[in-house]
Amino acid sequence: MTKFTTRLPLIGIGVFAVLLLVVAPAVLSEHWISNLGKYCCLAIAAVGIGLAWGRGGMLVMGQGVFFGLGAYAMAMHLTLETAGPGALPGFMILYDPLAPLPAFWEPFRSEVFTLVAIVLLPVIVSAILGYALFKRRVKGAYFAILTQALAVALAVLISSTIRETGGDTGLSNFKYFFGYVLNDEANKLMVYLIAAALLVVCLLAVWQFNRSRFGELLVATRDAEERVRFLGYDPANIKLFAFVVAAVMASIGGAMFVPIVGIITPQEIGASASILMIAGVALGGRASLFGPALGAMAIGWGQSSLGSSWPEGWIYILGLIFIFVILFLPMGLSSLFDRAKGLIRRSSDEPGPATPELREVVK
Amino acid sequence: MLNTSRRRVKTLLATGAIAATAALVLSGCGSRADDATAAAAGSSCIDTSGDTIKLGFLNSLTGGMAISEKTVSNVLHMAADEINADGGILGKQIEYIQEDGATDWPTFAEKTEKLLTQDCVAAIFGGWTSSSRKAVKPVVEELNGLFFYPVQYEGLEASPNIYYTGATTNQQIIPAMDFLAAEGVKTLFLAGSDYVFPRTANAIIKLYAAELGIEIVGEEYVPLDKDDWTTQVAKIAAAKPDFVFNTINGSSNVGFIKAYYDAGLTPETTPIISVSIAEEEAPAMGHEVTGNYASWNYFQSLDTPDNPKFIEDWKAYPGSSGVTSDPMEAAYISLYLYKALVEKAGSFEVDAVNAAAAEGGITFDAPEGTVTLNGDNHHISKPGHIGRINADNQFDIVWESDGFIEPDPFLDGYDWFPADVRDALVASAG
Repeated sequence: MTKFTTRLPLIGIGVFAVLLLVVAPAVLSEHWISNLGKYCCLAIAAVGIGLAWGRGGMLVMGQGVFFGLGAYAMAMHLTLETAGPGALPGFMILYDPLAPLPAFWEPFRSEVFTLVAIVLLPVIVSAILGYALFKRRVKGAYFAILTQALAVALAVLISSTIRETGGDTGLSNFKYFFGYVLNDEANKLMVYLIAAALLVVCLLAVWQFNRSRFGELLVATRDAEERVRFLGYDPANIKLFAFVVAAVMASIGGAMFVPIVGIITPQEIGASASILMIAGVALGGRASLFGPALGAMAIGWGQSSLGSSWPEGWIYILGLIFIFVILFLPMGLSSLFDRAKGLIRRSSDEPGPATPELREVVK
Repeated sequence: MLNTSRRRVKTLLATGAIAATAALVLSGCGSRADDATAAAAGSSCIDTSGDTIKLGFLNSLTGGMAISEKTVSNVLHMAADEINADGGILGKQIEYIQEDGATDWPTFAEKTEKLLTQDCVAAIFGGWTSSSRKAVKPVVEELNGLFFYPVQYEGLEASPNIYYTGATTNQQIIPAMDFLAAEGVKTLFLAGSDYVFPRTANAIIKLYAAELGIEIVGEEYVPLDKDDWTTQVAKIAAAKPDFVFNTINGSSNVGFIKAYYDAGLTPETTPIISVSIAEEEAPAMGHEVTGNYASWNYFQSLDTPDNPKFIEDWKAYPGSSGVTSDPMEAAYISLYLYKALVEKAGSFEVDAVNAAAAEGGITFDAPEGTVTLNGDNHHISKPGHIGRINADNQFDIVWESDGFIEPDPFLDGYDWFPADVRDALVASAG
């Protein structure tokens, strides 16, 4: 029984991987594959939020910032690739044809630099931010507000620098993805498979992380930060690591969002987009392994199907689901699964371990 | 301990397997940038076998632009009802699929793709902001679909897959500048929302102002969703321009006019000419906007043969706002223009429709007068009008262009527009 329950997540990831990588491409139309790809990108960011918020207790309300860093790094590269060597992107010609390419765009002509930037940019930003905040023991609502404000600030900055970043219109019209023509069914499938595979890798990473001693420490820090400190650990470092990992995941999600959706705008990384990411995680269950990813995918699906058939009603439905989950299932829909497991255990009279999933954090 | 390490190995193996799959996929069979045999654009799936033809309407029914775009959506429904009552297009009844763009540009792109590949619509009608059009453009071009865009915009675009039934710059901005020159204006202040339309429009205004000998004494931008114009209006008051050229869009106009009125500025000393305040928007600004000007092609107050019936039908239509305005009139035109195109082509196929357009001679007796489609750039001829807002928030026509103005999106006929910029824009097809 115990052996089975510890292996259960791994089996789950395996089934999930087969569904995403084998079954979905076989049964879904091109339209739904591209939609599913978008949900995967949001899910990648959500897996990171699950780690930082669900396991680490840090309410990261501004993941749009890191999502945006990755997305814009990728979008800048694809824009330059589409424009061709030495040429200005079309929108820059529109606003000022004579001014040169802004200096910070130049390195994004390189494929390698772009890929490195997608990982390193969020690491640098989140490490500086996290270090400053956690060392000062900023937490709870103050931390949430700060991250949220950062998302608003970045969205406003991009909106107001129209020639440098495309402004409110965003960046779009990408023709190539690292040398591959984007308008090609096989290449679209490839981009989807990369996103889906990255999601599976992120799930595996978080699963491994949760089982490690560091994962235990993170949960301990969430539940009793002072005790962890008295035991001789520095909670700031523990939180910082989870925060940085979450930032990198959001950035990777953002980077894959760009070739799949074909456009990125400040709206996708601003306050409401960041909150929607949190909503998906809360819905699915923030402390569980699959909860955040499935929650984010469910929200994405709801938006493209319900938002289509009943646009004025969808936002109310989302609100009602959210209220229902907060009131009756504070640990999200995945806690239903844990409760079911608890019932099985009780009926077989076997004392179950106190898993972090079962702990309800009230903060 | 042994158990743990074995598990680790398994995880590593799984990760490796996934990485290998990804690598395999990467080296897949898709076409590369340098491939001569790049895949052709998606083939059309328009179904013409039944008694109906599917059309897509794509408007923001939620979000910040809903207030404007719901009217466009509504008038499209009215036009579809009218055409259906009249026998449909090529004998087929219009079956429209309404989608919500949600004031979110990626949503516009996603819904366009959905309408073309899932619903197999023959054409899509809608959009309002230039950003939404720019999100739709690559998708319709890639899938070879049709998009009818009903709002005045900044020009410098002509996609083979888009039909533009609103004004391009030489049908709204340039007539407005001609009007200002005729009024003897010497100094001009530019106020706009911070996005693609005002930025581009103002770049063109500055070029033409230099030609006309009008001095630009200030230029201010505020993001689309911000309503506070106090600081910027103080700069206008200090600069004392002869006129203010207003390219602000959406509800931000209400904040601008309020700040203008509160600062004690009046149409007598510092009049404003707007390109986004119409009959629909003016009531929200009440008497504070009275006496100022707007440049449009259509006004409710226009005296043309087809206008009275249009106003009457619209007032009677369920959910109507009661007033007619330029963008909704252009949307009304767009559906009838499509009908004329399809009937000339005798087919709903995109290439056949475009071929019919290229042959020329497509006209429609619109409420603004008889408009003619230009088959080369997919824009329509339009009359230029300047209206002055009266106490009823309607417009008194104070100036009109010399006949209908031919559309010239790339300003080929204006030698003050730098040729190298035009060439670069055409080359980038941005």
